[in-house]
Amino acid sequence: MRVAVCEYGAGNVRSVLVACERLGADARATGDPDEVARADLAVLPGVGSARSAMQGLAARGLDAALRERVSVGRPTLGICLGLQLALEWSDEDGGVPGLALLTGRAVRLQDRRVPRIGWARVEPGGEEFYFAHSFAADTPAATATSEGVVAVAESDGFLGVQFHPEKSGRAGARFLERCLSPA
Amino acid sequence: MPLPRLIPCLDVAGGRVVKGVHFQELRDMGDPVELGEAYSEAGADELVFLDIAATVEERETLVDLVRRVAGRLAIPFTVGGGVRTVADAEALLEAGADKVAVNSAALAQPELLSALAERLGSQAVVLAVDSAGGEVRSHAGSRPVGRRAAAWAREGEERGAGEILLTSIDTDGTRDGYDLELTQEVADAVSVPVIASGGAGSAAHVAAALEVAQAALLASILHEDPARLAGLRSELRGLGVPLRDAA
Repeated sequence: MRVAVCEYGAGNVRSVLVACERLGADARATGDPDEVARADLAVLPGVGSARSAMQGLAARGLDAALRERVSVGRPTLGICLGLQLALEWSDEDGGVPGLALLTGRAVRLQDRRVPRIGWARVEPGGEEFYFAHSFAADTPAATATSEGVVAVAESDGFLGVQFHPEKSGRAGARFLERCLSPA
Repeated sequence: MPLPRLIPCLDVAGGRVVKGVHFQELRDMGDPVELGEAYSEAGADELVFLDIAATVEERETLVDLVRRVAGRLAIPFTVGGGVRTVADAEALLEAGADKVAVNSAALAQPELLSALAERLGSQAVVLAVDSAGGEVRSHAGSRPVGRRAAAWAREGEERGAGEILLTSIDTDGTRDGYDLELTQEVADAVSVPVIASGGAGSAAHVAAALEVAQAALLASILHEDPARLAGLRSELRGLGVPLRDAA
């Protein structure tokens, strides 16, 4: 399986590559929109701020490439900020329009300690994954939560996770393995 | 709140893991790549790697070492030591680190924290604070800077740090227990997670620290026998500390 990991100057692409390669996938980091549009699986990782991430995607034409592949139902995985960017809007940085692959918006967490950093259980499923975020998705497309926070959201070909499967030990490897096995 | 975290810390000098007492008398504890992988396998919730002898000449060696350690890990990885610029931090993240820890450079130049947070996001910026008697020390604990640890941690948070790694020089390496008073003072002063460091000698010490802080750093208690981490995790569960299921 060919995996294209979007490289757009806002993400720790290396850990995603290492995790995919460990599972036997042919994973490449790329900023080329054609490669992202055509891969068997595209991964949109992301850390940092929503505004600079959206600028990085647009500068490379990756925003259009991601919309194109999701519109025809090609599997696309957004991780952490990658989930938040997939929404219509993020409240971060004074407000930033997103890719609108999912309905909803990213809102600031109201926990006692933010960023919310650490391992937390995701339901349904009961497995624990690693989270590190200050904003979270508010979306009707949510399919799993963690302590009241949207952990997974999906629609059509897009699957977004707030946690970091590439950093979530064995539970994360099992999750990525499911993403990497053809449906 | 996410589950409490146990974080083995590799203090690295000259490419080897070392451990001192009160930041002195360094002893060789092994190879960072092997120890990092052993901890990841044994159920560590994260790994911290501090280059305690970082020099400008050694930056490339450090980045290469970080790359080799990161390639073996399936857990979050924080790297600190000698980070002075946004470019230093980006090189470490590119090599596979998830967060960078800054200490003396942030004291000398507090705007570094905001620059790092803007570029990498607060979740990737750890402010390391070394404290003796509640006062901040810089340069690996050697220089008093005349500020309270809690006040500096709070300023660090305001400037963009997403976590505070708080080391008590008074308890470091003693195995007599964490500095709970200092940890409580800092945890009350900030609204970002606090990692307690210095003094772990028993499961009860770690459990007490995790009542106050969101994570506990572990070093000398583990390095002689990395497999001890698995035993420590089950002892802590027995004490009622809710740790993740690493299986």
